[in-house]
Amino acid sequence: MKLLTGNDLKTGAVTWWTGRGWSIHIEDAADVGDEGDAIALAEEGARRVNGPVVIDAEQTPEGPRPAHIKHRIRALGPTVRPDLTLKPADPNLGSWVI
Amino acid sequence: MYRYDQYDQQIVDARVEEFRDQVKRRIAGHMTEDQFKPLRLKNGLYLQLHAYMLRIAIPYGTLSSAQLRMLAHVARTYDRGYGHFTTRQNIQYHWIKLEQVPDILADLATVQLHGIQTSGESIRNISADQYAGAADDEIADPRPWAELLRQVTTFHPEFSYLPRKFKFALTAAPGDRAAIRWHDVGLRLVRNEAGEDGFEIYAGGGMGRTPFIAELIRPFCPADKLFSYCQAILRVWNRHARRDNIHKQRMKILVHDLGVEEFTRQVEEEYAHIATLGTDPPRAEFDRIAAYFTPPPFETGLPDEIDRSDPDFALWVDRQVAGHKAPGYAIANISLKAIGGIGGDITAEQMDVVADLAERYSFDELRVTHAQNLVLPHVRKADLYAIWQALVAAGLADVNLDLVTDIIACPGLDYCSLANARSIPVAQKIAQRFADLDRQQDLGELKIKISGCINACGHHHAGHIGILGVDRKGTENYQLLLGGSGAEDTTLAKITGPGFDEDGVVDAVEKAIETYRTLRTPEERFLDTYRRVGMEPFKEAIYG
Repeated sequence: MKLLTGNDLKTGAVTWWTGRGWSIHIEDAADVGDEGDAIALAEEGARRVNGPVVIDAEQTPEGPRPAHIKHRIRALGPTVRPDLTLKPADPNLGSWVI
Repeated sequence: MYRYDQYDQQIVDARVEEFRDQVKRRIAGHMTEDQFKPLRLKNGLYLQLHAYMLRIAIPYGTLSSAQLRMLAHVARTYDRGYGHFTTRQNIQYHWIKLEQVPDILADLATVQLHGIQTSGESIRNISADQYAGAADDEIADPRPWAELLRQVTTFHPEFSYLPRKFKFALTAAPGDRAAIRWHDVGLRLVRNEAGEDGFEIYAGGGMGRTPFIAELIRPFCPADKLFSYCQAILRVWNRHARRDNIHKQRMKILVHDLGVEEFTRQVEEEYAHIATLGTDPPRAEFDRIAAYFTPPPFETGLPDEIDRSDPDFALWVDRQVAGHKAPGYAIANISLKAIGGIGGDITAEQMDVVADLAERYSFDELRVTHAQNLVLPHVRKADLYAIWQALVAAGLADVNLDLVTDIIACPGLDYCSLANARSIPVAQKIAQRFADLDRQQDLGELKIKISGCINACGHHHAGHIGILGVDRKGTENYQLLLGGSGAEDTTLAKITGPGFDEDGVVDAVEKAIETYRTLRTPEERFLDTYRRVGMEPFKEAIYG
């Protein structure tokens, strides 16, 4: 599957295209198929996202999982500061990212 | 330390308001990211993995207590309660919101701090020996010259559109604590037989994907000609730099391609021309700046003895305290390398503690080191015990200066958008493996440096043991290097062989260190043994 991700223009927070808008939670991300570049162009023009990029991912029972570790780290936060991630209490966080 | 005059303050305040307007226009959609990016970079604002990242310049690594308290305020108010000191003596924050940046910069400007020239194709923050002005082995405090260079080059039109970034480092001591030969230009303040001050000038150094060690191109440049000579260097680079290829734009590539002799010839020719133009600042301007660096009013008649009856304190003194030029005084190094912690990270509360200590015990001054630690440069030996007790309470009393757990590591893939692999977890695992202080002390000076990509912010080329993180088909992989140095015996580390996964590279580091333990002679450091026996015994132990 393909995901569209970028950073929120004002806050810099990592965001994921949900099909209707943007979410900071990767679980909300939608498969953009071949539409990613067109959506990115429109959303960047509307200043709702900064640096949008289409990435590869796989669908898992827990939701979309980016193919590259860089985007898995982006999705949750630094592996060395679990307290600063989106899921600070999740004991499975490390295995999902790495 | 230097204090802004009305012109300095006007320049920085005007830049804040200019950037406030640029941010406003970007958010309003009047600028694209392509248009905005070079403007934000000119103010130290990057877009990293999780948010914007703001880098603040700390000129020659010198801070006042008020400035550190302001950095704590920024961490607490605008970030997530901490900051990260970098390998270029700056500080950066990794969770910054664009819309708050103008307010952050305005707050910083009240204590004479900014993010100008911490990014982009500019002359970056000038780094220096962290013991400058305090060291017992220097001939004079070199920081007035750094400040002069900073002032003359900041916003200088000739240096506003450089081919690439440009880095100065300077020292005034024979022992190199500033890694000067790993910079585009390295400067060592020296004194000739006539008693005149001047600079040894090294040019063409740098790390990154193509590492080179700077070569001595002038053994003595009169100090009052420092700017014009550096201008000649920059002018030759600016004239010939490969602006067509980002990987070949740094000056080190030009020096290598021309050859140091031809590069030097052209610099000397340009310098002879510039000398006729009178571009050097008048001596009175240097004297004005130098007056801010007058040594603090050190007390005389202080005792040199330190009460070492507390064994934990004695351990800290032996490792973390260095000699000072003034009798009865010492330099206290504060480790930011707690075992299992993140090197260079410091909480807002810890910043406040250090600021209080600097204000009370160190003439209101502290330093940031390129090894990502802090220094109280001017403390009475009689106050060391009280300082140590405060550091213990703040979790800042680790004993590991220059030991195996005093690891330099870049933020790596945990934070950085350029990184290919994580650096911090590798540093943490190595530190945990060697946490036992007796083992660390037995190993002696051993500098491990880790970079998460080829840009080498973690100085892996200069590590006694270096580690470079790479991306191998989407998986983190780590190359091991041995034999580098950033000190006065500068050398380039060499790759041992095939790379490792995260746990594998930690094991390989331990094998290399055990090989050293087996082969060393008395008084030999890891680096000395490596240089004496060569790579082979280490390779055999690591891969055999």
